[in-house]
Amino acid sequence: MTSPRIPQRDENPAGVHLPLEPLPGHSSRGRLERVLRRGEFAVTTELNPPDSADPEDVYNRAKVFDGWVDGINAVDASGANCHMSSVGICALLTRMGYAPIMQIACRDRNRIAIQGDVLGAAAMGVANILCLTGDGVQAGDQPGAKPVFDLDSMSLLETIRIMRDNGKFLSGRKLTTPPQVFLGAAVNPFAPPYDYRPLHLGKKIAAGAQFIQSQYCFDVPMFRSFMEKVRDLGLHEKAFILVGVGPLASAKTARWIRANVPGIHIPDAVIKRLEGAQDQKAEGKRLCIDIINEVKEIPGVAGIHVMAYRQEEYVAEIVDESGVLKGRKPWKREARPDDALVAERLGHLLHDNVTETQVDMVKSAH
Amino acid sequence: MSETQLTPTTAKGPAGAEPPNVPPSATGGVTQATVVKKSAPKSDYKPADVSPQRRVQRSYSIRLWSVRHSRLLEWVYGRFADVFLLLHPLWKAVGYSRVEGPVKFVEKRVKGFMFDCRMCGQCVLSSTGMSCPMNCPKQLRNGPCGGVRANGNCEVEPDMPCVWVKAWEGSRNMVKGEAILAVQKPVDQSLRETSAWLRVTARAAAEKEAAKAGRTA
Repeated sequence: MTSPRIPQRDENPAGVHLPLEPLPGHSSRGRLERVLRRGEFAVTTELNPPDSADPEDVYNRAKVFDGWVDGINAVDASGANCHMSSVGICALLTRMGYAPIMQIACRDRNRIAIQGDVLGAAAMGVANILCLTGDGVQAGDQPGAKPVFDLDSMSLLETIRIMRDNGKFLSGRKLTTPPQVFLGAAVNPFAPPYDYRPLHLGKKIAAGAQFIQSQYCFDVPMFRSFMEKVRDLGLHEKAFILVGVGPLASAKTARWIRANVPGIHIPDAVIKRLEGAQDQKAEGKRLCIDIINEVKEIPGVAGIHVMAYRQEEYVAEIVDESGVLKGRKPWKREARPDDALVAERLGHLLHDNVTETQVDMVKSAH
Repeated sequence: MSETQLTPTTAKGPAGAEPPNVPPSATGGVTQATVVKKSAPKSDYKPADVSPQRRVQRSYSIRLWSVRHSRLLEWVYGRFADVFLLLHPLWKAVGYSRVEGPVKFVEKRVKGFMFDCRMCGQCVLSSTGMSCPMNCPKQLRNGPCGGVRANGNCEVEPDMPCVWVKAWEGSRNMVKGEAILAVQKPVDQSLRETSAWLRVTARAAAEKEAAKAGRTA
C-alpha cells in the first residue's frame, strides 16, 4: 500500500470533489470564499467553454490553470453565443475538485428555470454563483432567439440570497436544504453613467453580492477614482472586489474590441503602446502584468479576475510574473492515490509495445 | 474520440432529406455571429431598429422631455395620486372592475404618450427618474447593464440613449430621487396590461383605512 497523500489546504480529506467543512461566517463551503475571507489576494479566471459534448475538452481547458487560480468562471453563453452550458461545465469541474464560479445570465432562462438550476448546481458542489444580466441576443450567433430577461442581475442576486438565507423559493415555498453559495456580481466602472456606478455597486451589494468581478480594466486612473468613491461609501468592506484584467493579443484586436464590444473601454495610450511594440502579443501580456501591478496596490482590491480569451495558456505566466500570489500555491489537481497506484502497476502497458495473444497469456499464467 | 458520422436519422433509418438551410461554419478570424449576419437573405427592406422593444415606440423626444422635466412631473403625479385617492369612495361605489376599462384606456394613452409606457401594471417611474425601464431592450429595472456605450447610448440600439443613463439624470432633478437606489422586485408578468393607477390607489386606500383602524383600536 502506498501511503495516502497529504491533503492540500482547502481540500476535503475524504475526497477532492466533496464540499469543505462549514466555517463560521462563511456562507459557502467552497475554496474561493475561504481564500478571500482569509485576506489572501485571490485569482480567478475564465474557462473558454467548448462547443463539444466531450468532457475531456472541459478537463483539458481547466488543466492549464492548475495551481494558479482559486476559481474558474464557467460562462453562460457569453456574448449570446451558444456553447456548453455553465451548469454542465460546473458539474464536470466539481467532479475533479476544481472550484468553479457558475455564471447565470438572465437572457436565456426565466425565474422558474434559474431557481431550479441553482438547486441543481449547489447539489453538484457548486459553491460560487456570479449573477449577470447577459448580453442581448443581437450580439450572438443566433440573433433570432427570444430574449427572456425575466429577472435582472439585481433581482437574480436577491432571489438566490432569499433561497440561501431564508430557505425559500420566490414563491415562499420552503426548501428542505438551501443552497450554500457565495454570491457574486459584475460591475463595469468604465461605462456611463460614471457617477452612478459606485452607487450601483452598493445596490448590488444590498441585493446580496459578496464578491465582485469587474469588467476589463485598461484605464487604471479611471478605476482608481472609481475605487475612491467605493471606499468613501465603505463598500470595499462589504464585498470582495476582484479587478478584471487580461492580455490583448494585438493592437488590431484591441481596436476591434473597442469598436465591436460595448462596455469595454480601451484608452488610446494602450493601443499606441501595443502598436509601438515589436512583438505585440508579448507586449499585450506585459501590459496586463503592469496593470495588475498597479491595481493590486489600490486599497480595497481583493484580487484579480484574469480573462484571457483564447490565450488561456498565458494565465499561468501572467499570474506567476506579476507575483500576486506572493508564493502562495492555490489548490492543484493531483492524481488520486488509487489512480497513482494503477498508473504505477500498469503504466508500462502504454509504453511497452508487446502484443499478447490469448495463447501466450494462458502459457504465462501456468 | 473517434470521428462520428453526422448523418441525420429518423425512426425508420437514415433520413434522405437534405438538412435545413444552415449558415456555413466560421473559419479563422471571423466569428460565427458575423457569418450568420452576412449569410442572412438579402432584401430591399431593412428594418430600422434592432429590437422589437424599440420598434413599438415612436421617436423618443417626448420621453426625453419627460425625463428633463422629472421634477415637474413628480409634483404633478403627487397631486394626481391624491385626487385619485380622494375619489376612492367613488371608484368603490361604481366598482373598480367597472372603471378599469375607461381608466386603463386613459392611462395607456397618457403614459404611452409621455413615457412610452408598456403597461407593465407596476409603475416605477417615480423610482427611475421618470424614464420608463420597460423601454430598455433588456427591460432592466435596477440600473444600467455593463454595455452602455461611451456616448451614453444603448448597447442593443446604437442610436437610442440608454434608458438608465436618462433615468439617473432624471432622478437627480427629483425631490425623492434617492428612490433610484432601492432594489426593485422582478416584474410580475401576470399584471401586464392592467392599471397601475387603480392598483396604487386601492392599496393606498387600504393602508389609510388600516392606519385609521389602528389609531382607533
